[in-house]
Amino acid sequence: MAIQLDNITYTYGVGTPFEKQALKGISLTIENGEFLGIIGHTGSGKSTFVQHLNGLLHPTTGAVIVNGVDVSEKTDEAKRMRHKVGMVFQYPEHQLFEETIAQDIAFGPKNLGVDEEDVDRRVREAMQFVGLDYDTYADRSPFHLSGGQMRRVAIAGVVAMEPDFLVLDEPSAGLDPFGREEIFEEIIKLHKEKGITVILVSHNMEDISRMASRLIVLDKGQVVLDGKPLEIFNNHRHILQQLGVDVPPVSVLVESLRHRGLPISNEVLTVDDAVQAIIEGGCHVK
Amino acid sequence: MLNNITIGQYFPGNSLLHRMDPRAKIIGTTIFIIAIFLANTPVAYGIVAAFTIGAMLLSRLPMQLMWTAIKPLWIIIVFTMGIHIFTTPGESLISYGIINITDRGLAMGLQMAARLIFLILFSSLLTYTTSPIRLTDGIEHLLNPFRRIGVPAHELAMMMTIALRFIPTLLDETDRIMKAQSARGADFVTGSLIQRAKNMVPLLVPLFISAFRRADELAIAMEARCYRGGENRTRMKELSITYVDFIGVGAIIIVTIILAVLWWLN
Amino acid sequence: MKEQDIMIEANHVSHIYTDENGNDVHALKDVNLTIRRGEFVSIIGTNGSGKSTLAKHFNVLLQPSEGNIIVCGHDTLDESHIWDIRQHVGMVFQNPDNQIVAAVVEEDVAFGPENLGIPSDEIRQRVDEALAAVNMTDYAEHGPHLLSGGQKQRVAIAGVLAMKPDCIVLDEPTAMLDPKGRQEVLDTIHRLNKEEGITIILITHFMEEAVTADRIVVMKNGMKLQEGTPREIFTQVDTLKSLGLDVPVAAEVALKLYRNGMDVSTDIITNDELGRALESVFSSSKLEKEISISLSKSTESISKEVR
Repeated sequence: MAIQLDNITYTYGVGTPFEKQALKGISLTIENGEFLGIIGHTGSGKSTFVQHLNGLLHPTTGAVIVNGVDVSEKTDEAKRMRHKVGMVFQYPEHQLFEETIAQDIAFGPKNLGVDEEDVDRRVREAMQFVGLDYDTYADRSPFHLSGGQMRRVAIAGVVAMEPDFLVLDEPSAGLDPFGREEIFEEIIKLHKEKGITVILVSHNMEDISRMASRLIVLDKGQVVLDGKPLEIFNNHRHILQQLGVDVPPVSVLVESLRHRGLPISNEVLTVDDAVQAIIEGGCHVK
Repeated sequence: MLNNITIGQYFPGNSLLHRMDPRAKIIGTTIFIIAIFLANTPVAYGIVAAFTIGAMLLSRLPMQLMWTAIKPLWIIIVFTMGIHIFTTPGESLISYGIINITDRGLAMGLQMAARLIFLILFSSLLTYTTSPIRLTDGIEHLLNPFRRIGVPAHELAMMMTIALRFIPTLLDETDRIMKAQSARGADFVTGSLIQRAKNMVPLLVPLFISAFRRADELAIAMEARCYRGGENRTRMKELSITYVDFIGVGAIIIVTIILAVLWWLN
Repeated sequence: MKEQDIMIEANHVSHIYTDENGNDVHALKDVNLTIRRGEFVSIIGTNGSGKSTLAKHFNVLLQPSEGNIIVCGHDTLDESHIWDIRQHVGMVFQNPDNQIVAAVVEEDVAFGPENLGIPSDEIRQRVDEALAAVNMTDYAEHGPHLLSGGQKQRVAIAGVLAMKPDCIVLDEPTAMLDPKGRQEVLDTIHRLNKEEGITIILITHFMEEAVTADRIVVMKNGMKLQEGTPREIFTQVDTLKSLGLDVPVAAEVALKLYRNGMDVSTDIITNDELGRALESVFSSSKLEKEISISLSKSTESISKEVR
C-alpha cells in the first residue's frame, strides 16, 4: 500500500490568459506507515499538491496511483481509493453543517455507503479518538463548541471514514499552544495506534521536526529536498532560508552554539535533546 | 472552479470613456438602451452599430473583451431569436412539419438578437470602464435626490460596495467548502434535481455561517474605523462633471433623437 | 507619571456578560493597567484568557461593567467622546479578510478619514503617506483579494494610520498568517513604534512576537496575572508552561541545564546569552581539565625524579 506520484504536472486555467503551472513534474512514493511532513512557503504548490492525493484535482499530465489504482479514473474502484485518502483542510471547523456532532461526523461514512450499525461504531470510535465523550457531546450542536473542539469534531469527521492515508493542511493554525498540543497528540495517536500514514503540511517547523519521519520541501511546484528532517535542517539550512522557510528554533539555537565553537552534537530535534547534547558536550570537554 | 466570469469586471485604463463621470455614463447608457429599442430599420441598426463600435474603440480595450461579454449569454440570445423566428406569423419562407419560418419572424428574430447584443455590449462597456467604486458612487449621487421620499441612497451604495468587495472572497470560500465536502464523499453533480438540491445543504450551511460571521466582524471593524452612516462623510475622490461628459451625453442624445425621428418616419 | 504621558489607564475593570444559558460570565475581573505614550506593550494569554475582550475596551467597542478606562484623558463610559477615542486608538483585527471594506486598496485606506469628514485632497495625501508607511504604495490600485495575508494586514494597518492615531491596538494580527506574513506585520509595527512614536498594543499568543515588546502583560481567566519586561516574564518558564504558553527555547534550555547542575544563569532568554554563558562554563571546565592534566604530569615527573 502506497501513494505513487508519477511525474505529475498541474496547470491552472489552461488556455486562458491566467494560465499558470503550479506543479512541475513531481515523482514521489509515499510509503505506508510514513509520517511525511511537507513544507514550502505560500504559493510553493503545497495545497495544489495535496489536493492531487485524493483526486480533488487531477494532474494535467502524469498519474496519481493509490494502492495500485489510478485515482483519476471514473471507476468505482478509483472512487474507493480516493476515499482511502482522508483530507483535513485548513480551518476544517468551517465545513461543519449538521445539527448535532454525531450527525456531522456520520456524514462521511454515510456517503461511503456503510450500514447504520457500522456508521454508529465509526462515529463512537472517532469521537473517542479525538477526546470527545460520546454521551456528553453526541447530541450537542457543533456550533456551540470552542474553536479547538470544533476542529476536533471536523477531524473526527474525516477519521470516521477510516482512511489509510490522512492529509492535514495546517491543522494547528490559529490555535494556542494548548490547543496545538491536543491536536498533535491525536495525530500522533492516529499514526502510532491506527497505523495511518500521515501527510502533514505545516509552517511550524518545530512540529514537523518532532513528528515527521520524512520531510519534503516544495518550491515553485517542484520537490527541492526530500529526506529525514534532521538531515535537512542540519545540512540544507541555507536552502531553507533562501526559500523563506523557517528552521526549528531548537536547530537555530544549537547551530548558534556550534558556531561559537562549542562541542555540541547537532543530532537534536527537541529541547530535551538539546539539553542532553549540551551536557554531553560539557562532559566531553571534561 | 469558478474564476472565469467577466461580467461586471473593471479593466483599468485612461481612455476618454474611463475618464467620464460615472453619473454621465450611467445616464448615457440608460438613454442609449432606450434608443436601441427605437431602432427598427437597417439604417437605424447601422447607426446603433456604428455608435457602439465607435464607443468600443474609444474605450481602447481589446476587442476580445467584447466577445467574452457576449459569450456567456449566447444561449439567451439564440433562445430569444428562436422564439421570435418560430412564433411570429407572416408569409411562410420555409415550412417543414410544425416548423414554419416566416419572413417577419426571421426579421423579428434577427432584430431582437441584434438589440440584445448591442444592449450587452454597451452595458459591458459601462462596467469595463468604470471601477465598481465609482459606479456605486455614481448610483449614490443619482439616488440622493430621492432620499427625501425615503430611498436609502447611501446605505444601498455601501451595500453594493461591500458586496463587490466580498464576491471574490465568497467564491474562494465556496470552492474550498465544496472540496472539503467532496473529500468527505459529498456529491454535487449527479442525482435527480431534488437529490441535488438536498446535496447542496453541506455546502450552503457552512457558507451562510461564514457569511454571517464575516458580516459580524466587518461591522465591528467598520465601527472601529468611525463609520456612522452617510452623515458628514467626505470622499477621497469627489465626482466632477467635465466637458468630456457633456460631449459624451450630448452625442448619445443626438443619436437618440436621430433614431426617434427614423422611428417616427417609419 | 504626568497625565499627558498616559495613553490608556484601566482602573479595576470588570466585564460581565450573560451567556446563552443565562449565566453571568466574568470575561474580565478587576484589571488594572497603565499604558504610557510611545510604549510597545504585548498582551499574552491563551484563548479565553480575556486578552481580546480587554483590547476591545481600548477603543470603546466594549465598555466596562465595573471600573473605568481612561483613553487619551476621556472616560470610555462617556458617550460623547467615543468617536474621538476611536480616531486616536485604531484597531487591527485577526482575520485580514473581514476588515477590508472596499474593493480597491487605496479606497479602503480612505474609508476611515472619509468617515471623519476630512476634505478630499487631505484624504488623498494621508492615504499616500499611510500606504508608503507600510510599503504598500505599489498595490494602491489592487483588489484586496489578490494580496497575501501579510499584505492585507498591512493594508488594514494603513487604514488605521490614515486616521492619524496615537495608538494602534492589534488583536492577534498574525494568527492567520504564514511566517513571512507574520514577519512583515511585526517589522511594520516596530517601525511605526520607533519612527512615528505610535503606541502599540499587540495581543498575541506567539512568544516570538511578545519577546520583542517593551513590556508584557500576561492574562489568565480574565485577570491580569503578571506584567513586566520580556526578561522578567520569559524566565518564568514553569509558570508560562503551566499557562499553556510557549517560552523562548534558550530560556527553557538554560533552566533545564541549571536543574541538571550546570552553572548557567536562569536569567537567559536569547540564544546569544546562552551561548556566552556556555562558553564560560565550558572554558572553566576546560581550564580545570588542563590544570588537572598539568598536575598529573607534574606528579608524573616528580615520581620519575624520585625514581
